[in-house]
Amino acid sequence: MKVTFPHMGYMYISLKGMLEYLGIEVVPPPPCSKRTLNLGVKHCPEFACLPLKLNVGNFIEAREIGADTIMMAGGCGPCRFGYYAYVENEILKDLQVHFNLVVLEPPEKHIGELLGRIKKITGNQPWVKVIKALRFGYLKARAVDQVEKSSFQKRPRELIRGATDRALKQAIHEIDSAQTPQELTTAEEKSREIMESISIDINRPVLKVALIGEIYTLLEPFANGNIERHLGNLGVEVDRSMMLSEWINDHLFMGLIRNAPSSKRFIKVASPYLNHFVGGHGQETIGAAVWYGQQGFDGALQILPFTCMPEIVAQSILPSVSGDTGLPVMTLIMDEHSGEAGMVTRLEAFVDLLQRRNEQKEALTS
Amino acid sequence: MKGYLGIDVGSVSTNIVFMDEQTNVLESLYLRTNGQPVATVQKGLGQIKEKLPAKVVVRGVGTTGSGRQLTGIVVGADAIKNEITAHAVAASHLVPGVQSVLEIGGQDSKIIILRNGVVTDFAMNTVCAAGTGSFLDQQASRLNIAIEEFGDIALRGSTPVRIAGRCAVFAESDMIHKQQMGYNLDNILAGLCEALVRNYLNNVGKGKEILGPVVFQGGVAANAGMRKAFERALGLEVQIPKYFNVMGAVGAAMLAKDAVSKGVPTQFKGFGVADMEYKAGSFECDGCPNLCEVIEMAEQGKIIARWGDRCGKWSNALATREASRSC
Ligand code: SF4
Repeated sequence: MKVTFPHMGYMYISLKGMLEYLGIEVVPPPPCSKRTLNLGVKHCPEFACLPLKLNVGNFIEAREIGADTIMMAGGCGPCRFGYYAYVENEILKDLQVHFNLVVLEPPEKHIGELLGRIKKITGNQPWVKVIKALRFGYLKARAVDQVEKSSFQKRPRELIRGATDRALKQAIHEIDSAQTPQELTTAEEKSREIMESISIDINRPVLKVALIGEIYTLLEPFANGNIERHLGNLGVEVDRSMMLSEWINDHLFMGLIRNAPSSKRFIKVASPYLNHFVGGHGQETIGAAVWYGQQGFDGALQILPFTCMPEIVAQSILPSVSGDTGLPVMTLIMDEHSGEAGMVTRLEAFVDLLQRRNEQKEALTS
Repeated sequence: MKGYLGIDVGSVSTNIVFMDEQTNVLESLYLRTNGQPVATVQKGLGQIKEKLPAKVVVRGVGTTGSGRQLTGIVVGADAIKNEITAHAVAASHLVPGVQSVLEIGGQDSKIIILRNGVVTDFAMNTVCAAGTGSFLDQQASRLNIAIEEFGDIALRGSTPVRIAGRCAVFAESDMIHKQQMGYNLDNILAGLCEALVRNYLNNVGKGKEILGPVVFQGGVAANAGMRKAFERALGLEVQIPKYFNVMGAVGAAMLAKDAVSKGVPTQFKGFGVADMEYKAGSFECDGCPNLCEVIEMAEQGKIIARWGDRCGKWSNALATREASRSC
């Protein structure tokens, strides 16, 4: 059995860590690229969203390098994502690309449900070992999140253009290579040193912008046109409303790990605007806008794939959040036709808008 | 004489203005880009130099438009700004107190909302052809009228025909239909203006609070029928600034003035740029399956810029000096 899964940013590091810990052979797809997208666009319905197209592209490319089993998350509720695993598998079957499909529905009541579903892949391995592997995967996700967060802070302040990109690549590689929890501890230490070694200008004024919206387009840089890099290069410190480890804890472990940041903080503050589930992360998106407004951020960017229903609901509510909190919000809709140049123009204009607002505020208070 | 140059390089047209210290536009130039932004800018610089007195001192240069980065590197710009900011700066300078800017150019259209002189919101549409000047051009040529006459004919239409303006394809077939039904040209053209305005307000201006003073700029602002249709739809007076056609370049010149105002010396390489040799080349990077088409620009044989790479491998390599921020 050679297991693969769709890409979503650095998720592969965590999944690979977990599965390899159990001695399962893993074949992650090549990183999302133009080729991946072209394959997906060619074989998927035109009105399907970008994540579906990229997933299918990932699977075709993973099959080419020998993967034979797909492990994928399922879902529930009004968002289409719940049936993506099955639809994708049907598309692949039509293309004569054959896989075994294992769908991991998120547990509804208890983490035991998750363990039951994972068993299809882990076979008869003892529970203790499976739980240890899950924990290892989670720790890797957390380590990657730390490195990413540090890159958000360094990039707008770096003295040498591109230094953060290079360091990030190295640091991620350290974490990816760790085979055991002990090695991971050393790797974390090393990756921290690598990130610390980027020379920065501490006093450079930077704007703070939150990235909110749909999880896939937030986490997968290919899908969001490398938005974090573009913003960093424009002198903006970003904060992403969803980090992988947080999502794992919230949705797969059902909040088992205490004292970790949770998207519950968003749901709480969303209630004056939207107090019920609309599928996906629509409710969290509204809450995140409110929350970042309260934290004194300069602005927020909502990112979503074209045709994403929960985020469209959120988009229509965001102007009132913006009006009440004074937090400027811009929406970017991603699909295979989105050009990076057009996106950069909008980002620049948005950053200008925030900067001039700031200057005006300072002029008024001084 | 001292002044500032503003250069707006779009995919269709390139505009250059020269502005004096008192921000009066002394010269302006409109050229077609023809897919050769650098050659066009070189030609434009040569022409504008001819028009200006021999002792002119350029104190600053600004670039904007989709070719802003490239042009900025070639001429040595002091300010490289996106077209939204440039348009907003120009509009609020020429019409003090402006709160809404409607802009329709050949390829794209935008709306900019300002409050207290600061941009608070904007939107831009580049995909839907029904909302832009080239759509009007097309329809005018289909009806066999010169685009310059379009507006005046439309103004004569007393009862505009209702035309489906949601999308260029629908609008066109609906228009043919209305023509066949025997409506007269005045009313069809007036109806087309209204359809375009509806399309613009629904797609670009969606959800934005449009308050006066309203400024209408971009090439399409020359069309009196469009202005009237906007005034009717908004119930507000719509102003057209003197340089409605070159607002991007005006804004770029103003931003350049700003950038050098604190005594920073200009980066301008001089009008000699017009005679230098620039060569754009490209290669396909095989570093990963993205196979990026990397473009590079050489000045007198020396590579001065690279772009087009997704990962920053090539563009970062040239920029090892102090990171220059474009904002
Ligand atoms: S420039 Fe970077 S992203 Fe593009 S093909 Fe080369 S290695 Fe890949």
